[in-house]
Amino acid sequence: MAEAVQTNDNQYLTFTLEREQFALDIASVREVLELVNITRVPRTPDYIRGVINLRGRAVPVVDLKLKFGMGATARTVNTCIIIVEVTLDGEATVLGALADSVQEVYEMESSQIEPTPRMGTPIRAEFIRGMGKSGDQFIIILDIGKVFTALELAGLAQAMGETAPESVEA
Amino acid sequence: MISQEEAHRAAFVEEARDLLAELETSLLELERAPDDLDLLHKIFRALHTIKGSGAMFGFDDITAFTHDVESVFDRLRNGLFRVNRQLLDLSLRACDHIRALLDIPPGQEAGLARDGRDILDGLRAFGGEPEPAAPPRTAEPAPGARPAAPRIFRLRFKPRADMLATGNNPLHLIEDVRAMGDCRLYVHVEDVPELAALKPEACLVWWDCVLRAEADRSSLADVFVFVEDDCDLTVDVLDDGGAPDGAFIHRRLGEILVARGDIAQADLEEALSSQRRLGDILSDRGLVHPEAVASALCEQQAVLELAQKTPEREKTASIRVAADKLDTLVDLVGELVIVQAQIRQAVEVCGDPGLRGLAEHLERLGDSLRDSTLSIRMLPIGATFAKFRRLVRDLAGELGKEVELVTQGEETELDKTVIERLGDPLVHLLRNSIDHGIEPPGVRQAAGKPRGGVIRLSAAHAGGEVVIRVADDGAGLDAEAIRHRAVERGLLPPDAEAGPREVYNLIFLPGFSTARAVTNVSGRGVGMDVVKRAIEGLRGSVEIDSVPGRGASVSVRLPLTLAIIDGLQVQVGAEYYVVPLELVEECVERTRSGDRAEPGVLRLRGEAVPCLRLRRAFAIAGEPPAIEPIVVATVDGERVGLVVDRVVGEHQTVIKGLGPLYRDIVEFSGATIRGDGRMALILDVAALVRRAAGEDGGRASFAHDGA
Repeated sequence: MAEAVQTNDNQYLTFTLEREQFALDIASVREVLELVNITRVPRTPDYIRGVINLRGRAVPVVDLKLKFGMGATARTVNTCIIIVEVTLDGEATVLGALADSVQEVYEMESSQIEPTPRMGTPIRAEFIRGMGKSGDQFIIILDIGKVFTALELAGLAQAMGETAPESVEA
Repeated sequence: MISQEEAHRAAFVEEARDLLAELETSLLELERAPDDLDLLHKIFRALHTIKGSGAMFGFDDITAFTHDVESVFDRLRNGLFRVNRQLLDLSLRACDHIRALLDIPPGQEAGLARDGRDILDGLRAFGGEPEPAAPPRTAEPAPGARPAAPRIFRLRFKPRADMLATGNNPLHLIEDVRAMGDCRLYVHVEDVPELAALKPEACLVWWDCVLRAEADRSSLADVFVFVEDDCDLTVDVLDDGGAPDGAFIHRRLGEILVARGDIAQADLEEALSSQRRLGDILSDRGLVHPEAVASALCEQQAVLELAQKTPEREKTASIRVAADKLDTLVDLVGELVIVQAQIRQAVEVCGDPGLRGLAEHLERLGDSLRDSTLSIRMLPIGATFAKFRRLVRDLAGELGKEVELVTQGEETELDKTVIERLGDPLVHLLRNSIDHGIEPPGVRQAAGKPRGGVIRLSAAHAGGEVVIRVADDGAGLDAEAIRHRAVERGLLPPDAEAGPREVYNLIFLPGFSTARAVTNVSGRGVGMDVVKRAIEGLRGSVEIDSVPGRGASVSVRLPLTLAIIDGLQVQVGAEYYVVPLELVEECVERTRSGDRAEPGVLRLRGEAVPCLRLRRAFAIAGEPPAIEPIVVATVDGERVGLVVDRVVGEHQTVIKGLGPLYRDIVEFSGATIRGDGRMALILDVAALVRRAAGEDGGRASFAHDGA
């Protein structure tokens, strides 16, 4: 994976959520796993499904579909966990993202990538880095860093606050 | 790859840092006991070693600078003047300066030259620099930061009769020699005349001495550097320490003959008994003074005794290991523990008795490997405490307060990582105590207290935890002011019922620390949320207590280690959790009565134990079993029952952090990997109970039974 980063930065990993095609910059992708058992951590928003054991490390897994308001990811033979590395709060963190299926490593020149349209995308524009194209179909290139930025974490704290008011001692 | 020389330089830098820390501690102790000669010797020796090995590795600036500081302390220990505050200030600055010189890359020392000059100018007032800075000595006998093995020296020190008149006291010099190592002295008094002829101002006593010390010849001679012209001094090296263990033994002819089997021991003894002792013969013939014989015999005995000590010393030898190697080792042991749990589970399934025996054997080995690996990382907290003396001194001086730091329990051992990460929070707490807790001397006096405040920093083991406490005898916290502020800032409902302790704990809330005005009123709160967060990051907890006018104390509870704990695994629904075993008192079962599935109270031998249903707390769907196991745990001295579906059993638990995404989830201190490769969450029972109590509107209702 590391070599791929150095040799080509126009490579994207494509995957699907529902019937939409998405892509992630290959530089942020560490590996792709089959769906394994996820241990739920109570008191977290639904879209954080829990933690998995990644060779002895506890790695949180996020349900992107829930996050994007597309309904929960169901378990199928194609369901995958894409392991990505992002920076949260200035700290490099490894996270897993659920995908209905992972397709291929796809090469796109930056000239092939169009800016994000203001409307018409299934998810909020701020999560999108640009729109690629494969044949007739659009590929939504995610800004995975933005998806999990500190702003979103604040959202997590807020979501928790609603279900569990902060007590005096907390 | 680094060169041998760089490796040596790095070793020197590391050693010098240790020496500087020691030096600083000694200087601070000296402030309290200015007449302690042992301390002065210790300081002198530390400076001397820095100077000597600095020269060897080309740290010329450090050598030149330290030389001048050393001369001042030499005068000091010779009683030429007394310790005072100004000298200590300068000496501490000198420590900082040397440290700074260590830190900067070679060739850029010029930037620090000014500092160095300032310090030396100040020290000059104490009559330092009696000789020009010595050129870096390159002819030190042994390579390496310090002579490798103790040597044995013979030393004859014969002061001239008029030495006392120059203000030098030979006894001090002898004391210095004694302080360098193991020492045997023979005092020659034969020149002392009859009382009638005695001149009290003449020094007629002299010494023969055998010394075993980790020093080189020149540092021994240095002791006498200021009386060189006033005495006869000879220093010989009897044993340079290079011989292998115990090989160096004075053997006499007779002994050698016996050892070779040429003569029987009895025959030898008979022959010897018929012979007069050499010393007697020589002194009878008037060839040697009887005193000289006695002294020589004394040396013979001493050398034998001292030489035999060398191998003994080596038994306690230690090695330096890079910290990351240790971390890797702990990681590996962690992995081993997980595999071991998996094997145990697999063996239970297949049931082969032979395999089971092997698995048990592996488990025992794994246990002891874990224990010894973790014990390698355990360090006494004393070194950290020592660093704080300087902080307290400097800060108190800055604020015009008189503060004494009393430390206790320095020998308490903690995991290296915990100690490292504990430094900053403790600095914060000490700062708070000095800044806001201890009143200025005048105010204290007016309140009928001694002018100087005392901060007690203590560490002690308590069960599976270490408790570190910072207690001061200052003004204490103003509960009313804190409550007022908390209500104003919306951190506490106006009608909230909160005891003083709960109110004090409010200062750990983030909102409290940021407001400048609050700190002026409450006196505390600067960055206390940071302290709390750091401690909780170590799986510890922090609590504050205070008596108005009498002082405040902050207690920090920490686990002994961060890596591996013994845990009790439980199951609720399809999920597994781990309760730290040290908290678990017992497990009981209760038949669920009726459809009241709300938290209730368990009657346990006449005592009411409040119970917490994990199924409810974690919103896990499904029906609880008809007979529910309850894990009774002790939290903060109180018992609490955790209602689960099934108790799985005891397992060693390798703690894995949950990462920044779960930073705000307080109920879990981490996760672990089960035998089947799935994760189980480790419960932070104290936080869980607090959270549950808070949500139910206070502990009272939490403990309340529906019945």
